[in-house]
Amino acid sequence: MIHMEYYLIVSTIMMFAGIYGFVTRRNLLAILISVELILNSVDINFVVFNRFLFPGELEGFFFALFAIGVSAAETAVAIAIIINIYRNLRNIQVRNLREMKW
Amino acid sequence: MEYTILILLLPFVSFLVLGLAGMKLRPVAAGVIGTAVVAVVAAVSYCTAFEYFFVAGRDAAGLYPTLIPWNGVWLPISATLHIDLGILLDPISVMMLVVISTVSLMVHIYSFGYMKGERGFQRYYAFLSLFTMSMMGLVVATNIFQMYLFWELVGVSSYLLIGFYYTKKEAIAASKKAFIVTRFADLGFLVGILFYGYYAGTFSFTPDAKLLVAAGGMIPLALGLMFIGGAGKSAMFPLHIWLPDAMEGPTPVSALIHAATMVVAGVYLVARMFPLFVGYAPEVLHGTAYIGAFTALYAAVVACVQSDIKRVLAFSTISQIGFMIVSLGVCTSTDPHAGGLGYMASMFHLFTHALFKALLFLGAGAIIHAVHSNEMSAMGGLRRYMPLTHATFLVACLAIAGIWPLSGFFSKDEILTACFAFSPVMGWVMTAIAGLTAFYMFRLYYNIFWGRENRELHAAHTPHEAPWTMTLPLLILAAATLVAGWIPFGRGISSNGEAYTIHIDGSVAAVSLCVAVAGIALATWMYAREKQPVADRLAETFSGLHRAAYHRFYIDEVYQFITHRVIFACISTPIAWFDRHVVDGVMNLLATATHGAAYAVREMQSGSVQRYCIWMLCGALGLTILVLIIC
Amino acid sequence: MNILFLFPLIPLLMMLGLWVSRSTRQIHAVMVAGSSLLLLLAVVLVFRFLALREAGETAAMLFTASHMWYAPLNIHFAVGVDGISVAMLLLSAIIVFTGTFASWQLKNDVKEYFLWFCLLSVGVFGFFISVDLFTMFLFYEVALIPMYLLIGVWGSGRKEYSAMKLTLMLMGGSAFLLIGILGIYFGAGARTMNILEIAVLHNIPLAEQRIWFPLVFIGFGVLGALFPFHTWSPDGHASAPTAVSMLHAGVLMKLGGYGCFRVAMFLLPDAAHELSWIFIVLTTISVVYGALSACVQTDLKYINAYSSVSHCGLVLFALLMMNETAATGAVLQMLSHGLMTALFFALIGMIYGRTHTRDIRQLSGLMKIMPFLAVGYVIAGLANLGLPGLSGFVAEMTIFNGAFMHADTFHRVVTIIACTSIVITAVYILRVVGRILYGTCTNPEHLKLSDASWDERFSVICLIVAVAGMGLAPLWVSDLVRGGVGTVITQLMN
Repeated sequence: MIHMEYYLIVSTIMMFAGIYGFVTRRNLLAILISVELILNSVDINFVVFNRFLFPGELEGFFFALFAIGVSAAETAVAIAIIINIYRNLRNIQVRNLREMKW
Repeated sequence: MEYTILILLLPFVSFLVLGLAGMKLRPVAAGVIGTAVVAVVAAVSYCTAFEYFFVAGRDAAGLYPTLIPWNGVWLPISATLHIDLGILLDPISVMMLVVISTVSLMVHIYSFGYMKGERGFQRYYAFLSLFTMSMMGLVVATNIFQMYLFWELVGVSSYLLIGFYYTKKEAIAASKKAFIVTRFADLGFLVGILFYGYYAGTFSFTPDAKLLVAAGGMIPLALGLMFIGGAGKSAMFPLHIWLPDAMEGPTPVSALIHAATMVVAGVYLVARMFPLFVGYAPEVLHGTAYIGAFTALYAAVVACVQSDIKRVLAFSTISQIGFMIVSLGVCTSTDPHAGGLGYMASMFHLFTHALFKALLFLGAGAIIHAVHSNEMSAMGGLRRYMPLTHATFLVACLAIAGIWPLSGFFSKDEILTACFAFSPVMGWVMTAIAGLTAFYMFRLYYNIFWGRENRELHAAHTPHEAPWTMTLPLLILAAATLVAGWIPFGRGISSNGEAYTIHIDGSVAAVSLCVAVAGIALATWMYAREKQPVADRLAETFSGLHRAAYHRFYIDEVYQFITHRVIFACISTPIAWFDRHVVDGVMNLLATATHGAAYAVREMQSGSVQRYCIWMLCGALGLTILVLIIC
Repeated sequence: MNILFLFPLIPLLMMLGLWVSRSTRQIHAVMVAGSSLLLLLAVVLVFRFLALREAGETAAMLFTASHMWYAPLNIHFAVGVDGISVAMLLLSAIIVFTGTFASWQLKNDVKEYFLWFCLLSVGVFGFFISVDLFTMFLFYEVALIPMYLLIGVWGSGRKEYSAMKLTLMLMGGSAFLLIGILGIYFGAGARTMNILEIAVLHNIPLAEQRIWFPLVFIGFGVLGALFPFHTWSPDGHASAPTAVSMLHAGVLMKLGGYGCFRVAMFLLPDAAHELSWIFIVLTTISVVYGALSACVQTDLKYINAYSSVSHCGLVLFALLMMNETAATGAVLQMLSHGLMTALFFALIGMIYGRTHTRDIRQLSGLMKIMPFLAVGYVIAGLANLGLPGLSGFVAEMTIFNGAFMHADTFHRVVTIIACTSIVITAVYILRVVGRILYGTCTNPEHLKLSDASWDERFSVICLIVAVAGMGLAPLWVSDLVRGGVGTVITQLMN
């Protein structure tokens, strides 16, 4: 039997890896992937907590599914934006995105 | 006597008309309007005097009553205090009305000739009207505040008239000086009035005696402060410095304002407050006598060495006003038979002095008109060219020197009598000054009409007698000077209001006559001839004294030092610097500090989402740790 | 409708009119019509007010009206006037009227200029009719903001700096003020914002009054050029365009004195008694310090700005003497200073418009070149130094007499010190007059300049007439003001 703590350790690692990536990466796509990592780690938590702490309930699973759906949509929008940025600037480095800054 | 209001209204209207529409009028028309108005005012004044002294006459107690035909509240101060404007007629104010309107009329007529063709002729008459109105308002004041109000107005008219030639540097400086010096003195006057109003509970001249007694030392203080104002206007030492410079104005103005009328306002003020001075502040009154005596002496000495004829006359005016102040100051009671003679003598001298000093100034004006210079060096021997002026000037000189039977003799004699009654020392000092007066007046006379003639100048430009508009006033004033002394002055004006018959004190009269004749003789010996070896030698021997006296003992320089070096350079400039750099500096420092702080904080708002994210994370972690610690 | 509502309403309508105007001509028409209407309205108000008083109306405020605005904080749009406010409304109307003519020659962005000018008038008029603490504060702020733009855009010299400084300092003052006002509101039990009602309650504990009084007094005092918070005044005035200087020195600075009297002293009387000595010392410094600073300035507007510091200091000085005479004098001084300083700034603006310099070292002999303006300047100067027959004398004499009614040494000494300002005033006025008007003109460029045009003459003459009118017949103004002052003084004495 795999203990709940092991799942949580994995999801924590994923979470902080995502945050680290989000903070440090300069490439928009990499940042996006990092955000996905964070989201997925949260999804894992939802599922795990549902499975171990409230075995009779299903809200956690459903919420995880919702989150996956929303993040898919969000990723689609984000990639669309990134592609547009790429078309305009031929570049997707964050530090070059100053058009809207002031 | 309600018609007396015309005395104030007419000149005011004339001032407005000439002031507003002057530029549209022809100069002559403006002059005629101004002169006609003053003529009417003079007529009304004579009429008032006649009615007051002869028709209305004395009341049951044998005194001339104080009439107040007009009086109204102008500005209420508190429940009991209010500033009134009105007209008060009593012997001295009626006398002043006559003097002012007479001299003013003479000056108005005279100015036709003197100011002919001057730029700003209309403006000149407008200012003269303003001055006449203010001066009349001053003398008929029903209360001390009205007096102060018109006092300021005469100050301004004087300022405007001294600065009449506003393109001339000296005139601008002189007008400024006159205004500021008298204004400084008026500060004392104002504070005196404030004290008086507070403790006497009224601004009127007849306060409640109980309150005055209760006020104790405050009333002498108030009166002393008021005297400072009077001293400023009447050019008492050390506030006299403006008067000689005021001679930069047109000569008729000097005659009217700076010889006959405005400068005696201080004397009039003391006379007005005389019952209070004698009753509650005799020490202050005697103090004024010493100031007056010193001023008279100082001015007489300085007058002996001046070379500008108008300055000589100016110092002689200061000296004569000193006589009047002394005369008031030596009074010890209100009874003319026992120590109150000086009051009558002072008013008498004021009256006669106004006539002969106006005559002297107008004469000097005629001379200046003829030679186009104020300096004695441009004159000499003028008796041949200007016989009329010469004759009238001589009359005036004899009068001021105190030669019987001219007016000056009588009034000066009364003053000396009063001084001897006060203390022999004062009597002898004043007698000596009277001798000095005779000396410097005749020095002036000889230097103008005899003595060293400036032949080159006179050949280039022959002096000529003035036109009739100028000589007529001279003749009228000379005639007045001849007879004024015989007026039974004491019957109308005396310190307690009772009729007082003037009688000449034989010994005093003899002494003063001798001294005057000696002065004249000395002047004749020194200055009458073409060569003046004695005078030149004296000037050389006592060159230090001569130079000091010529520079008026450097009093002006002291003032110059105080105003420019001390007040401007040591107070005003540092204050202005302090304001810009310290007070404002603190404000700017606040602004700079805020700006700096803003720059420091700005660094955090970099716009980089990733950096915000770190901050957010740190915050979240911090909060979590905090929660963990607390739980 | 209450006549008082018209005062802020007319400038608002004028703004509407300006907004739809298409040409300078139309703008001028709107401005002249509106400001004449305001002047007329102010005169009518004076007469109606006097008639009502004559008829025996003894209420502290007349023409009162009150509409609920924001119930949770008891904020009402409450209006009402007493003698003081009527006088101040008349003053404001005169200045707005003459200011319109003084800005006749303005060329750039005329419409925007007058729009802000009208907004400024809305604030000023609204302030004087308000009897509700909050609306009063609101209108106060409304009056301040346009000043920033008017100086910053249409000014001259270091205009951005001056505009910023002025606005920030006045805003700083109003921050104090807001705290003070809230303190008063909650101190009085949070029941009403109405000044009269708070005064009747008279229930603010002394310990709280001691805190709120300095805050409110300094808050308004900043606008009243109280030392050491006066430094916005020289820079602000120097940079402001003519009409704005007129309105600012003429009316806006009076908001300070009015507020100190109406709010600080009326609502916090006990603390006023206790702390007055501190502010008396400060105002005495203002009076003498302003005058002495003016003696060595070389810019005409700086001279006049420092002179304003001195004269406005006298206003606050007189208010703090806390008796009817001195306070009447203070209000008279506000009126008098408002008129004559407006006259001064108008003339300086006109001279500057011609010579393009305000440095007295570069000007001389203007009397011959522009006699009308020069004579106007002399008259303004004489009014400033307190010549009888012009307004300054009346005000100053009333103040000094009132201040002298305190028989203790402290009050005597400060009064005499304040009196010396009349001599110093004479010094700096005559210095300028002698320097720039008299003498001969040394600059050949200046010889070609023209005298005042009709609009300028009109504006100057109106102001001179007002100054002389008040100086020659002060009785009615004094009576008008005295009634209003009485209420506040009674409150102070209880």
